[in-house]
Order: sequence, then structure tokens, then C-alpha cells
Amino acid sequence: MSQAVARTLDLKGLSCPLPIVKTAQAIKELASGELVEALATDPGSVADFIAWCTSTGNELLEHTEEGGVFRFVIRKK
Amino acid sequence: MDGQTLSLVLFSGTDDKLNAAAVLTAGAAAMGRKVNVFLQYWALDAFRSDRITKDHGVAPEAGSEGAAILARHGGQHWSDTFRQAKSIGEVAIHACSLSMEVLGLSMEDLDPLVDDQEGVASFFMNVDGPVTFI
Repeated sequence: MSQAVARTLDLKGLSCPLPIVKTAQAIKELASGELVEALATDPGSVADFIAWCTSTGNELLEHTEEGGVFRFVIRKK
Repeated sequence: MDGQTLSLVLFSGTDDKLNAAAVLTAGAAAMGRKVNVFLQYWALDAFRSDRITKDHGVAPEAGSEGAAILARHGGQHWSDTFRQAKSIGEVAIHACSLSMEVLGLSMEDLDPLVDDQEGVASFFMNVDGPVTFI
């Protein structure tokens, strides 16, 4: 059984760097181990979320794309 | 966090260059990097509280076609991007004291985004890698 997402961020329509910046802002309010789901339409956000997670130590559990919307599930460090 | 400080010297006061600088600042702050910004001349003038959100034009290389493209794209104002950067990371924005003197400014004239006024020596005290000039 998968863990429930604590918060979903609608980042559709936002350009760089806002998807990452808003995720960084939101994740501050979560507890360690909680999950955040981010939905973005900026194609550059795929590489950005991977880089951001690598650099900050938060874990990127999933990244998928459906109908031009990129979905990321991240576990807070 | 790990990683070098992003050190930016902002000279140009046009909205496109300030936006590019704000994007770099917010991205670096989100990545957990410290950001050290030094405002000189026209960039400093753009941070005056009475005109920070006014139209500062675009760089000459944009031409009229480029200016129209930028106006159409819209997006949030660069000052809001700097504010977000400060809310998520360690971002210091310093006013160059020589530019303050040349432009006849005091700290009360500047937007609260600007932390303090300093000379080049104190700016370089916080530099631990390359300096980018915009």
C-alpha cells in the first residue's frame, strides 16, 4: 500500500524557476518522510526536479508524463 | 548546504537582465546554495522603492521585436522572484556604496529587498568562486 500524498502543488503554466522555487517553499512546511506531488507543464522541469532532488537530498519517487503534464512525487528528506 | 556561493554583480537596470538575474538567484536558492548579490549603477537604481515595479525597458539587443515578445510572455515581476528566493534560501543583496554615492541614494530610498550597503572589499569577503557580471 503506497503512502498518501500530504500535499499536491499545481504548478501548471509556470515557467522556470517557479516550479522548483514553489516546491522548495512548500516542502519546508512538511515533516520529514512526507510526500509532495507536483504537477508542472514546463518541459525543463523534468531535468530540474531530478537535479533539485539530487542536490537537496529529497527523494524523487516517481516522475511521469500524461497529456503534457509532468507529475513528480517527492519524499521530504 | 553544499556548493559554491553564487556571486552576482548586477550592473544593468533593464527588466530582462534583472529577470535573468532573479531566475538564477531563485534557482540557486532552491538548490540550497548561498547567493551573494552586489548592486551597482543602473541595477541599483532599479531597486529604488518608488520605481522598482515601473517599466525599466529591455536591453538594446532585444530590438523592438524582442521587446514585444517579452511583453507578450509576461510572467511574474523580477522583484517577486527575488522575494521568493529570499524566502527559501540564504540570499544577501548588497548595495554598492560607490553607486549609492554617485546616484545620491540612501538606504531609505531602496526596496527592503536590499539588505545593506557595502564596498567591494566586503563583497569579496563573501565570494568563494567565480563572479558573474550582468
